[in-house]
Amino acid sequence: MDVVLLQRRFSEYLTSLFNEGFLDEQFKQLQELQDENSPDFVFEVVTLFFEDSERLLNELAKALVQPSIDFQKVDAHVHQLKGSSSSIGAGRVKDVCIHFRNFCEEQNIEGCLRCMQQIKHEYSLVKNKLENLFRLEQQVIQAGG
Amino acid sequence: MDNCNCIDPHLPADDLLMKYQYISDFFIALAYFSIPLELIYFVKKSAVFPYRWVLVQFGAFIVLCGATHFINLWTFSMHSRNVEVVMTTAKVLTAVVSCATALMLVHIIPDLLSVKTRELFLKNKAAELDREMGLIRTQEETGRHVRMLTHEIRSTLDRHTILNTTLVELGRTLALEECSLWMPMRNGLELQLSYSLHYQNSVGTTVPIHLPVINQVFSSNRAIKVSPNSPVARVRPLAGRYIPGEVVAVRVPLLHLSNFQNNDWQDLSTKYALMILMLPSDSARQWRAHELELVEVVADQVAVALSHATILEESMRARDLLMEQNVALDAARREAETAIRARNDFLAVMNHEMRTPMHAIIALSSLMQETELTAEQRLMVETVLRSSNLLATLINDVLDLSKLEDGSLELDLETFNLHAVFREVVNLIKPVASVKKLAVSLSLTPDLPTYAVGDEKRLMQIILNVAGNAVKFSKEGSISIIASLVKFDSLREASTPDFMPVPGANHFYLRVQVKDSGLGFNPQDKPNLFNKFAQNHSLGGRNSGGQGLGLAICKRFVSLMEGRIWIESEGLGKGCTAFFILKLGIADRANEAAHFFSPQLSANNGVANFAGLKVLIMDENGVSRMVTKGLLVHLGCDVSTVGSGQECMLIISQEHKVVFIDVSVPGTDGYEVAARIRERFSSSHKRPLLVALTGNTDRATKEHCLRVGIDGVILKPVSLEKMRSVLLELLENGPLRALKS
Repeated sequence: MDVVLLQRRFSEYLTSLFNEGFLDEQFKQLQELQDENSPDFVFEVVTLFFEDSERLLNELAKALVQPSIDFQKVDAHVHQLKGSSSSIGAGRVKDVCIHFRNFCEEQNIEGCLRCMQQIKHEYSLVKNKLENLFRLEQQVIQAGG
Repeated sequence: MDNCNCIDPHLPADDLLMKYQYISDFFIALAYFSIPLELIYFVKKSAVFPYRWVLVQFGAFIVLCGATHFINLWTFSMHSRNVEVVMTTAKVLTAVVSCATALMLVHIIPDLLSVKTRELFLKNKAAELDREMGLIRTQEETGRHVRMLTHEIRSTLDRHTILNTTLVELGRTLALEECSLWMPMRNGLELQLSYSLHYQNSVGTTVPIHLPVINQVFSSNRAIKVSPNSPVARVRPLAGRYIPGEVVAVRVPLLHLSNFQNNDWQDLSTKYALMILMLPSDSARQWRAHELELVEVVADQVAVALSHATILEESMRARDLLMEQNVALDAARREAETAIRARNDFLAVMNHEMRTPMHAIIALSSLMQETELTAEQRLMVETVLRSSNLLATLINDVLDLSKLEDGSLELDLETFNLHAVFREVVNLIKPVASVKKLAVSLSLTPDLPTYAVGDEKRLMQIILNVAGNAVKFSKEGSISIIASLVKFDSLREASTPDFMPVPGANHFYLRVQVKDSGLGFNPQDKPNLFNKFAQNHSLGGRNSGGQGLGLAICKRFVSLMEGRIWIESEGLGKGCTAFFILKLGIADRANEAAHFFSPQLSANNGVANFAGLKVLIMDENGVSRMVTKGLLVHLGCDVSTVGSGQECMLIISQEHKVVFIDVSVPGTDGYEVAARIRERFSSSHKRPLLVALTGNTDRATKEHCLRVGIDGVILKPVSLEKMRSVLLELLENGPLRALKS
């Protein structure tokens, strides 16, 4: 396909992600850090984020099905997740994490469970979007862009 | 008488005489018949006889004669008339033929005779040619011998071999009994028998050089026959019955290099050796001309060969000499190098080893001055300080001087305030001057630029030295320092053969005059003033303070600055004035402004500032660790990361200039890590700067940070610009007082 066309599709998609709040300014920073010395920097960071987040979500799930929930541990995990997501600029995930932490402080089980669901949802969404983004990028690269 | 027509012979038939006649006629006839047969036979055999028909004639004549005689046989007895007729016919014919033959022979015999003479002639010629051939062969033999001899002689460059070969070959070629060579001795008065073919025992005997026979030989270049009795020819004891063979002597010129300068090298006062050749005794041989020629030629060749040998010897000797000299020079060079190395080592050691204690002494003495001291103690400390300062100056001077002499001293050129230098000098000498009640005045002409480009430190050293000397050597009166710009016209006036000031666009010449009313000096001491360590003896007193090196160093600095320094005095007690002119660069204001503000400029540079800066990131969160690392790598830092406090303490070293600690995770030991880092590096000057990365910057966090001694705080997420500016500020200004957010 036409390189220009692909590039336009890629940038349009990216812009939509920003507009919908999936990605924020921090992602732009990451993109700035990508240069000829580290050409796959963004991809690597995001991949790491996926791995990290999946692990954290598993931990969270495990922690939340305990008979007596260890809120500190949950808080720690959520904090981690918040840190990761804010580092790469996954805005919506970060927001959910903030709420999640509040519920943890209040020791609100329902709130935590609800947030858990939300986080899982947001995470899968942002993961999907980012994977699409990378696929588009690959297409552009393969077409010669 | 009978009428039988018979002829009667005279005598009776049986007479004895008749019988003899009969027999003779018979044999004559026989001979007459056989001769032609023989002739024919032999002529047939030979191919070349030219006169065949003469032979026929001759043959006919002989045959007829024979016939006549044969017929005569019948006439001894009674014979008929027919016989007589035949006889008569025969005789008539014979007569005819013989007359014809006789006539013919008149022509022929001279020819035949001439053939004979030609034959004789040719035989003579052949004999002559034979003789000549013999001669040529002999000559060629001689030539060959000479060539061979020459080849032998010239094939070696060894003097001894040359002479020996000559004698041996000559002896062989000419079949000599004895061949010997007499060489002149060093004293020039005698000839010594040096080489002999057969009588080695006689080697060493000498004869005086001025014998007439020797002179005769030496004065001619030919081989000359000498008497066997002359002292030179007598090499063995004469035994009575031997007749000694002929002796020939020839001179052999001994040539030296100097002989070849002139064209006629044969006749100058060269030294000659004498070669004696003796034919075998008791042989009848005589010296032939060609043999003498051979001897002469050989003598010449020997001379040439000897001269070559001499030249070779001399050149070998020269080469050996050169090699020796080379070796000596090499050794000398190595010694010199060792000396230089030793001196450099010494200087290096002195530089460090001596300066360190000096530094300690000076520093501690000055510190002690600040404390409470009694007047006596203060005096002592001041003396210590002064002396150590002097010593330090001396050390520096010596080091500078060595560097100056090496030529390795380089001026540090930079823009500086010229007026300030003078003011500083005046300030330095004012205290001493006021103690001595000397008035110091400084006047800078208005056209003197304020800023100049040059070596400020050394310029100050020069002015201070000169002014200091002025103060030192004046007991009363005043010191005046006048600094001015040298105008173009006066530049030419100021030049001397070794100082040629040249005007130019980027430089100017500074002229300084320091006048004092002190002791002055004797004009005859003037040359010594600028010499190292030469003290001016007329300046007595304990206060002269051995400034042996000072002026010498000044002079060298001044010449490094392409200037000139001199002192004039009217005499002892009349004070003196020191002048110096040196070259300084013109400073433009732009340069100077840049100079003062340049440190700020570098602050806004980009990535280059942080190149290779070693930093450590401590963050438990993998993702944010990676992002922070990416940021710092992008800025050019050398980044290491750790995921826990323990790892951090293990890895951290003084090489890490900045440590980024994530303190946002609750329950983690971020602050503790910071505290421990501070503890570990509290004693050294270069501890790593600590930066906290945190999610919130509320007051509590800030206070906590301050408490543990963190130098800076950054709010996560960190942008590139934020990181850059924080790093800049940290590195430029040290720990931040205000915390960044």
